[in-house]
Amino acid sequence: MTLPLFSTTEDPGPDFAGLIRRLQVPVHPTMSQAGGVPGGGAAGTEIRHGTTVVALRFADGIVMAGDRRATEGHSIAHRSMEKVFPADRYSAVAIAGAAGPAVEMVRLFQTQLEHYEKVEGVVLSLEGKANQLGQMVREHLPMAMQGLAVVPLFAGFDLTRETGRIFTYDVTGGHYEETEHNATGSGGRDARTTIKLGYRTGMGRDEAVELAIEALYEAADEDSATGGPDLIRGIYPLVATVTAEGFESVPEDEVAARFAALIERRRAEGRQP
Amino acid sequence: MTMPYYVAPEQVMKDRAEYAQKGIARGRSLIATTYDLGIAIVADNPSRSLHKISEIYDRIAFAGVGKYNEFDQLRVSGIRHADTKGYAYSREDVDARSLANLYAQYLGQVFTHEMKPLEVEILVAELGTGLRPHQLYHIAYEGTITDEDRYAVLGGETESIAERLEERWTEGSSLAEALRAAVDALAGPDRTLGGAELEVAVLSGGNGRRAFRRLVDAELEELLA
Repeated sequence: MTLPLFSTTEDPGPDFAGLIRRLQVPVHPTMSQAGGVPGGGAAGTEIRHGTTVVALRFADGIVMAGDRRATEGHSIAHRSMEKVFPADRYSAVAIAGAAGPAVEMVRLFQTQLEHYEKVEGVVLSLEGKANQLGQMVREHLPMAMQGLAVVPLFAGFDLTRETGRIFTYDVTGGHYEETEHNATGSGGRDARTTIKLGYRTGMGRDEAVELAIEALYEAADEDSATGGPDLIRGIYPLVATVTAEGFESVPEDEVAARFAALIERRRAEGRQP
Repeated sequence: MTMPYYVAPEQVMKDRAEYAQKGIARGRSLIATTYDLGIAIVADNPSRSLHKISEIYDRIAFAGVGKYNEFDQLRVSGIRHADTKGYAYSREDVDARSLANLYAQYLGQVFTHEMKPLEVEILVAELGTGLRPHQLYHIAYEGTITDEDRYAVLGGETESIAERLEERWTEGSSLAEALRAAVDALAGPDRTLGGAELEVAVLSGGNGRRAFRRLVDAELEELLA
């Protein structure tokens, strides 16, 4: 490796994706060029997929959660996949869709945000981060057309507005700000319905975590590609919050306890768990 | 046909070195010192926005003295190198030694081949782990690289500053002690430096994955008090 120096007219600035393109670092074909991988469409049932992720806003910020299952067609490919990631100190990103490119997109996104911060000496605004992710999803469109769609969910704490904000995406890179909550992935519809029924503006952190967990539980109940709490192996969905204090993972013990409490409560109420 | 005047290579190198040294001596100095929990870097820099110290990677920091535009270009290329390497391989594979070598090669090449040498001196610091000690690589304008494990002084009148620091420096001192020793050494006997004239940052294991943190305002004043 040599020191990456550029003439002033060719300098990529704080853009990491532009930098690795110029340095010709081998990246996922989707990230660097518009050409697709031949035969990708036929692989639609073969490649690894990650499924349901949810995000909702509460009084102090946002909660984000994702199940742990990855599927390849009808079989389970992975039982403890991570789909919720810190994007930087004050934001989180969750992914649904083709697992390979999705995880790679998150890695590029994380590096991009940190790179910008270090080169420029200031952090991107939350809106700026959302736009960046939108561009990455847009560049991925040719692959999405061949069945390798990646649909992220982005949320964070806006330090200037002092509120949590949630952004959803579609495969074209379009991004839309949500006022309260959203969910994406194959179990997204069931998760959304659950959140919609239980959501109130200005909920506390505990209620919001509880609701996110319940939403994933319902999604896993209806959707075969979404994993529920795995009591035997001790694998639980990943839950994280982003507030003015930054990104924080909800401890696994707490998630496990909340699941146990949820099932207990439903039994006591005479409902089906 | 006119023949170019012959100039002895010794003379060329001497002139270049003098030119670079003069440029560096015009700026203010900087100290990097180890303390019980990490590395502290203290620069005599009254600007709040034009930094001499910067984060390169998780455990690596950069500091430069001399001409701002020249060391800032080196700083950005260091960040690019580290981020690219971490992205292509893994975060663990990014180390200060290979970056310091790249800097040394570049500075050496510019010094011998270009019209004008770079008027900078730079430092690459890496926070140690349980297995590896802290590393301070001091790279001079002509590409000479020295590796220090206690402290490094960069800038113009380094000798007198290093002498003053040597008297006060102790192994495993607290952050406050290390900072006070560094600030006094930078200031010298005739002046005092307050928090407003200093740029201070630390690489510390307590900061999580990204060990780099700037010390500003009240926190800095408290440590210097």
